[in-house]
Amino acid sequence: MFPFWPVVGGILIGLSAVLLMVLIGRIAGIAGIVWGALTGTEGDRVWRWLFLAGLLLGTLLFHSISGRAYPEINASFPLALSAGLIVGVGVRMGSGCTSGHGVCGIGRLSPRSLVATTIFMLVAIAVVAVMNTFVGGV
Amino acid sequence: MRAISGLFAGLLFGVGLAASGMTDTAKVIGFLNIFGAWDRDLLFVMGSAVITAGLGYKIVLRRQQPIFERDFLVPTISDIDGRLIGGAALFGLGWGLYGYCPGPAIAALVYLSPITLGFVVAMLLGMAIGNRLVQS
Repeated sequence: MFPFWPVVGGILIGLSAVLLMVLIGRIAGIAGIVWGALTGTEGDRVWRWLFLAGLLLGTLLFHSISGRAYPEINASFPLALSAGLIVGVGVRMGSGCTSGHGVCGIGRLSPRSLVATTIFMLVAIAVVAVMNTFVGGV
Repeated sequence: MRAISGLFAGLLFGVGLAASGMTDTAKVIGFLNIFGAWDRDLLFVMGSAVITAGLGYKIVLRRQQPIFERDFLVPTISDIDGRLIGGAALFGLGWGLYGYCPGPAIAALVYLSPITLGFVVAMLLGMAIGNRLVQS
């Protein structure tokens, strides 16, 4: 079966990145947008907060129009908190996340982003494999 | 116009994240689980996002400047150093442990789960710590 929603979703994410570039010349990297929303100069904060608000609104909009149920969340608090903390440190140190490096960076063929994306994909795949083997799934 | 541009791009991004299934941690873990019951869907998400962004950037970056600003702010550093590699590895570790990267985690706040809120708050704290590490 053709993966309709994944392809549509990916195209929309790509279009969002292109739009942000052509309109205001920015990379649509969420980690960077969040960090700048909290620490950036006054004039550079508003569009970032509105982008994040759009992210929430867009998600709500999709679920209300498509009627798709909200995904279930059944992780433990300690796991979510430690994962969040590690993700936060990692994206600041590595200057980007899945969107900044994985979509925008690879989209403009940045060698840094190709390296970063390869590493975080491989590590994440290894972590899931290890968790499945030794901890009995996540 | 800068603000409206942000809102509009964010909206598209949010619809894209929810539609693609990335706001579902089980789906993301299924994608990373290539040695088990692999869910290939997110490969199509990343593929179509990268191709769209790549083609779009090619056209857009031919312009002298963006529509509402003076300059394109595109990263120019090219060092592949320990910081980049270590940061990416840490990010991969956190992503694989739970299944959220920053965008989907923030988008998923609308599901009103305290666990997701906890993830996002911890992530912000982590960013502050990461920033200190980078500057020291």
